[in-house]
Parts: sequence; C-alpha cells; structure tokens
Amino acid sequence: MKQTEILVVGGGPAGLCAASAAAELGADVLILERDSKPGGQLVKQTHKFFGSKKQYAGDRGIQIGDFLLEQVESNPKVEVWPDATCLGIYEDGVVTAEKDDKHIKIKPERIIIATGAAEKALMFPNNDLPGIYGAGAVQTLMNVAGVVPGKRVLMVGAGNIGLIVSYQLLQAGVEVAAVIEAAPHIGGYLVHASKIRRAGVPILTSHTVKEAYGNDTLEGAIICRLDEKWQPIPGTEQDIKADVMCLAVGLSPLTELCWQAGCKMKYIAELSGHVPVRNEYLETTRPGLYVAGDVSGVEEASSAMVEGRLAGISAALSLGYGKDKAPQLQAEALAELKELRSGPTGEKIMNGIMKLLGKEGAAC
Amino acid sequence: MLIKTGIPTPEDLEKVYPSEERMLKGPVAIIECFQKIPCNPCTEACKQGAILPMKDINDIPEMDFEKCNGCGVCISRCPGLAIFIVDRSYSEKEAIVRIPYEFVPLPEVGQKVVGLNRAGEELGTFEVKKVQSGGKKNMTYTVWLAVPQELCMEVRNIRLGGVTHGE
Ligand SMILES: Cc1cc2nc3c(=O)[nH]c(=O)nc-3n(C[C@H](O)[C@H](O)[C@H](O)COP(=O)(O)OP(=O)(O)OC[C@H]3O[C@@H](n4cnc5c(N)ncnc54)[C@H](O)[C@@H]3O)c2cc1C
Ligand code: SF4
Ligand code: SF4
Repeated sequence: MKQTEILVVGGGPAGLCAASAAAELGADVLILERDSKPGGQLVKQTHKFFGSKKQYAGDRGIQIGDFLLEQVESNPKVEVWPDATCLGIYEDGVVTAEKDDKHIKIKPERIIIATGAAEKALMFPNNDLPGIYGAGAVQTLMNVAGVVPGKRVLMVGAGNIGLIVSYQLLQAGVEVAAVIEAAPHIGGYLVHASKIRRAGVPILTSHTVKEAYGNDTLEGAIICRLDEKWQPIPGTEQDIKADVMCLAVGLSPLTELCWQAGCKMKYIAELSGHVPVRNEYLETTRPGLYVAGDVSGVEEASSAMVEGRLAGISAALSLGYGKDKAPQLQAEALAELKELRSGPTGEKIMNGIMKLLGKEGAAC
Repeated sequence: MLIKTGIPTPEDLEKVYPSEERMLKGPVAIIECFQKIPCNPCTEACKQGAILPMKDINDIPEMDFEKCNGCGVCISRCPGLAIFIVDRSYSEKEAIVRIPYEFVPLPEVGQKVVGLNRAGEELGTFEVKKVQSGGKKNMTYTVWLAVPQELCMEVRNIRLGGVTHGE
C-alpha cells in the first residue's frame, strides 16, 4: 500500500496550489490526476484571466497552469501521478485509485478533494444528435487537439464559458451563428460579451432551444423566445442552421467522492448544486478530509487557487507542520478570498457560503 | 441594453469619454469597461498614474485623462480587450483608432481592412497604419487604423475578409 501524508485528488488549479502550499510547510504530498496532463480547466483556457496580480491576472489560463505545474514539480516533497483516477475513499481511510490499468491502494493521513466540476446537460428533442457538444469538449477539441468542431456553431449559454468559448471559436475561424441565453440578462462578464458582439455575433437573451434537427448529424435548431416566466412565446420560433451546437449551460460540483466518503452534503443553489458542508478552513464533516475549488462551489480559477492554498496549509498544520507560519498564511488566504468575493459577482458566492456555514444573514 | 445585447449604449459611453478638448490634443485611452468585476490589471499597467488605483478590485476603472500620454501599454494588458486609444490629432480629416486584436492572420501595414462598430456592423474600409505586438508572452496585438474623424468613436473592430458571423 502506498503511504503519503497528504493526498490531493485532482490536479487543477485548486489541487496544484493545495499541494504546493502543504509541501512548502514540509508535508509529503501525492497528487492524483485522471488526465494525462495536470492543470484541470486551465489547460484549455487560451484567454487572459481576470483577478489581480496575486492570481496572475492578465496571463493566459494555459500559462498559469504550466506555471503552477512547474512549481509543484520543482518541489521534491510532491509526487504527481498523471493518468490516475481516484475511485473511492473508505471508512478505514484507505483510498483506491486506477493507474496504468492497475488497482492501487493508498493510505494518506489527510485528503484534499479538488475534483472540480462537471458540465450540465439540457433537455430538448434530439439533444443526442452528433454535433451537439458540451463546451468543455469543444474546448478540448480546439485548444488541446487542434481540431475545429465544425463550420457553424450555435452557442447555448451566455455565461462566461459560453462567451469565452464563442470567442475561441471565432479565433479558430469557425462561424458562430448566435449565442442564445434563456435568462433575460447576459450572465458572463460584459467585456467578454462586447468582444464577440463587435465581431458580429448576435447575443439573444430570453431565448432557448425548442428542438434540434438533422438526419444523421445536426443540421440546425429551432430556437424561440421566452417570456418573463421563462415560457416559450408561440410564433417566435427561428430556424438556425448549424452543424454544431455547443452547450454552455453551467457546471455542477463533481462531488461523488465526497458523497461516497460520507461527508455531510447540502444543496446550495448559489454554489451550483450539492456541496460538502465544511468549515472556514475547508475541512468537511469527515475529519481530515478537505475540499477546495469548484468541487466546493463552482466559481473561478482565481478563488480555486486561493482555496487550494488554504486547504493545503490547513491540512499541513493539522499534521503539525508550520505551526509558526501557518496561522498567518491562513489569515492571508482568507483575506484574499474575501477581497475576490467582495463585488456584485462574488455576492452570490458569499451568500452560498454563508448558507453552507450556517451563518445566514451574518457578516463575514 | 448592454446587459442584454453586449452593445454599450450612448449613455454608457458618454460616462467614459474624455472631453472634446482633450481628444483634440492627442492620443488618449478610452476604457469601455462598465461592470463591476474582480479585475485590475489595467491599473497596474499604467505607469503614468492615468488609470486611478482601485480601492476595491471590483471597482470600475477610472481615468485621469490629463495624465494619459497615449502610450498604449494598457491595451494589451486588459483581459477584457476593453481599452482603445483614439488620436484625433492625427490629421484634419482622419483620426487613429488603436484596437486590441487577437486573430490570425494579422493585418499588414498599408492593408485596407473592414472597420466594424460595437455591434459588428461594417462602417467602411480603412488603412492599417501600424501593427504592434504585445510581447511574446502576452500575444495581444494592437492595430492602428486611420479612420475619418467622425467615425473615431464608432470603429472598434476590424475584419480581414473570411466569414461574416451571425448572418
Ligand atoms: C471556458 C472557461 C473559461 C474560464 N475562464 C476563467 C477566467 O477567465 N478566470 C477564472 O478565474 N476562471 C475561469 N474559469 C474557471 C476555472 O477554470 C475553474 O473555476 C477552475 O479551473 C476550477 O479549478 P479546480 O481545480 O477546482 O477544478 P478543475 O480545473 O476542474 O480541476 C479538477 C481536476 O480534477 C481532476 N479529477 C476529477 N476527478 C478526479 C478523480 N476522481 N481522480 C483524479 N482526478 C480527478 C480533473 O481531471 C481535473 O484536472 C473558466 C472555466 C471555463 C470552463
Ligand atoms: S495609454 Fe498609457 S498613459 Fe494612457 S492610460 Fe494607457 S497606459 Fe496609461
Ligand atoms: S483590465 Fe480591462 S477588464 Fe479589467 S478592469 Fe481594467 S479595463 Fe476592465
């Protein structure tokens, strides 16, 4: 059985930062990443990031991912296992994983789950036609494999992901027929919306997909307008020809491991689904098991990195590392999170976290 | 409305424009960023202190137009591609609009390209005067376009041919 002090599940920005922070305080860390290249969502992000300099704002996602990975790889206390999927966390503290077709058992003293989030699907007739993709798949095709998904795309969802992936499609020379959004307002940052609008892409709010059609593959979709109660308005149907439909209708936390490990879970709409109940330092109701990043509430890479750091420091401290430095580092991370979440876009997240901590209505 | 269409309204724009007097003096940055988002690289990019420091990272950027010398450093640092520079002192008939650009192929100096407004509508063909790299790591280019004076607050994108989106 493989022994380690801290096991990090997931090598996205949250997991990589958790590993670095814990190792810097002296703990031995093992990272399991099911993909062949760690970096999580960052691997696919060719656009420049928001946030402040502390979270590498202005750099491109992929550059941030490479930088975080280098930081981890240059620390001898961290071991990274790519192509390793965590399968289960058991009552006796044993964790199982699949690596190179082998079933492996690991005995960690602390666990940090940083598995990120999964894409949501959308129900409409013929939503299983080839040519209908999730936004993540489109990004992987384009930005990792260098393959364009098709000729003309209908984007569904005007959150940041829908807007950014539309922009990346334009950059790849693919035509974007329109971005449609069921809500009455654009959900993503307006600077991203303006960027694709001035390239000529219409953004249609209060619109949804009525049905997709096509013989063997997608040929187009009928879209329609929604009223204030989100009901289709008869007679507003439009036929949009497209060989690709890209669904960017939100993410939900990838929490299977938390459920299976017996963490207490709570449904919090503001955090995009069921999330593990945890304390301020990101420890769940299962002692020694921490969470960080999108798995504890879908948010941003900037906050995922800081949460990762906080979980890493807290886990290391609980093992007796960094007793002098850790409390100060924890306070710094909490202050950074508070700053990131202080504006209108962070308000929703703050409300969600307050509900999760059972402090509704209380000041942070 | 901006929040429904992605196109800023004249009222939105009015709030961020420099005075006519300042515009005529020479190149000046115009920040078309209207929403409170957690972002501040523009404030760090400007070494002239023309983009005022933010109290809170969610603040909307604010300009001191008198301090802006039109150097253009901020354009390529902004992840929202929301900063443009307009130089109305270029000539009597024409102004230069500097536009952030992240597409291939890049236009060449002297090439005539289609100028687009904030809705992506064509406004005419205009000559590219300069193409500046934002650096190897940054990879955002700045395209200098000579446009008629009266269109300098309208042209905000270019197209080099290829597909027309949304038709
Ligand atoms: C199109 C797009 C644009 C974005 N733009 C921005 C932006 O501009 N600014 C910003 O701050 N954020 C942005 N984000 C959000 C940001 O990418 C995410 O919030 C961030 O990546 C979350 O980090 P994470 O580490 O929690 O999860 P992820 O990045 O999702 O990483 C989770 C990792 O865990 C691995 N994993 C999952 N399950 C297992 C398992 N059982 N065993 C082993 N490994 C596992 C996954 O393979 C993955 O590598 C964007 C996201 C998208 C999709
Ligand atoms: S153009 Fe130069 S001086 Fe003006 S705001 Fe931008 S960085 Fe500052
Ligand atoms: S860097 Fe750009 S997007 Fe960010 S606040 Fe400044 S102007 Fe707005």
